[in-house]
Amino acid sequence: MKYRSVFDIIGPVMIGPSSSHTAGAARIGRAARSIFGREPKWAHIYFYGSFAETYRGHGTDVAIVGGLLDFDTFDERIKRSLEIAAEKGLEIHFHKEACVPDHPNTARLHIGDEEGELELVGVSIGGGKIEIDEINGFKIRLTGEHPSIIVINNDRFGAIANVAHVLAKNEINIGYMQVSRKEKGKTALMTIETDQNVDETILDEIRKLPNILHVAKINE
Amino acid sequence: MLFRTVKELVELAESRNKKISDIMIEQEMLMSGKSREEIVSRMEKNLEVMEQAVERGLKGVASRSGLTGGDAVLLQAYIEKGDFLSGEILLDAVSKAVATNEVNAAMGVICATPTAGSAGVVPGTLFAVKNKLHPSREQMVAFLFTAGAIGYVIANNAFISGATGGCQAEVGSAAGMAAAAIVEMAGGTPSQCAEATAITLKNMLGLVCDPVAGLVEVPCVKRNAMGAANAIVAADMALAGVKSRIPCDEVIEAMFRVGQAMPQTLKETAQGGLAATPTGRRLEAKIFGTAKNE
Repeated sequence: MKYRSVFDIIGPVMIGPSSSHTAGAARIGRAARSIFGREPKWAHIYFYGSFAETYRGHGTDVAIVGGLLDFDTFDERIKRSLEIAAEKGLEIHFHKEACVPDHPNTARLHIGDEEGELELVGVSIGGGKIEIDEINGFKIRLTGEHPSIIVINNDRFGAIANVAHVLAKNEINIGYMQVSRKEKGKTALMTIETDQNVDETILDEIRKLPNILHVAKINE
Repeated sequence: MLFRTVKELVELAESRNKKISDIMIEQEMLMSGKSREEIVSRMEKNLEVMEQAVERGLKGVASRSGLTGGDAVLLQAYIEKGDFLSGEILLDAVSKAVATNEVNAAMGVICATPTAGSAGVVPGTLFAVKNKLHPSREQMVAFLFTAGAIGYVIANNAFISGATGGCQAEVGSAAGMAAAAIVEMAGGTPSQCAEATAITLKNMLGLVCDPVAGLVEVPCVKRNAMGAANAIVAADMALAGVKSRIPCDEVIEAMFRVGQAMPQTLKETAQGGLAATPTGRRLEAKIFGTAKNE
């Protein structure tokens, strides 16, 4: 069941003109910003499929940049996001890709600053709903509709148990969890959907655990 | 999960002597763990956004491209003159659907129902039949839950976006959702709601998504207008006792298969249909400087 809530159908409240190309794009941009943890200094945005064909007409470009600026789907500033990004010194490059993706509305974001970089693939599946399919080359499945934590860690025994222990101690219930790695013994990635929003203090606690490299969250 | 198909939804409602909107609220409580009050109040907010979009559109808006805007004003003036041929509620629904989509095209705030490109149909019909049925605020919110229940089944068994299933999946779904909601508000049974959805969807089957210049404007705004008209007529047919020979769930399944068979050029890529007509290409070139999809 891809659609679980009636508000996936009646909603979201958003700036027009397209739920998949505008609201979905804004949500992909905002998810990337949340996972990156701060406003990036530069962004390369690659559009695929229908995104590549029609992004200018649908405001996909302004929406995805609005998301990077942390604007919600109904934030009227989305219309001016390219100017706002320029004022803030956020450097944006759009790329139109020819290859055919699995889903027609796909975007790849490569964002960063002097501290770090993030690469993410987001899909807008319709009605404003999105899925994050890939983070830094790790295959994942994240919908952004539940509060979620993303942990990048060294692939060592006990790393998962330690994170789960911190959440349990703070009475946070895990609804869905996925672990992913590219090569055994190198780095791994955990995506954890929780029933409650997770406080920054709890995230700090996780950051202090051994073998943890990066912790980020996406609120509902 | 209380229901996955329209058949299950209707059986559940009728066996418990409830409305489709009641079942949708119950299911939302079950899936989200939230209280009835929280869920209903969130839907009330969506209703307010819809109301404001209609009001704004009826005053007249224009999109950045200049392709759409102002038709809702023309229609309202025409209704006021009183010389129309079809019917006042029908034309009022058409004008309010147009109003919402003109606001959407102008990058205004709307509530996607089920998508932004099809956001006009459900509010258009709701605020038009309101003048005849005089519903309470609670019944207007129920209208949205009933529409949502039908959309929920369509979205999970087929699709609701033009990019995946063509316009039949987008305006078609919106019209099918509105038809059921109108029937419920008019006092029809859950079975009649399902018949209205089936009749509507059958007549939207095969509709392609071919936006000129890739903009959600031409022909989207007028497709919302006709989606609203289709929904009201189908609702009247169902209330009269007319039944669809093909059950609603099978119509949804057929819509899915038709959408899968539809070529990419007709699924929101602006490469076929009206987008590829000489005038469509000319408008595209005028707006973007070049006809980028030629």
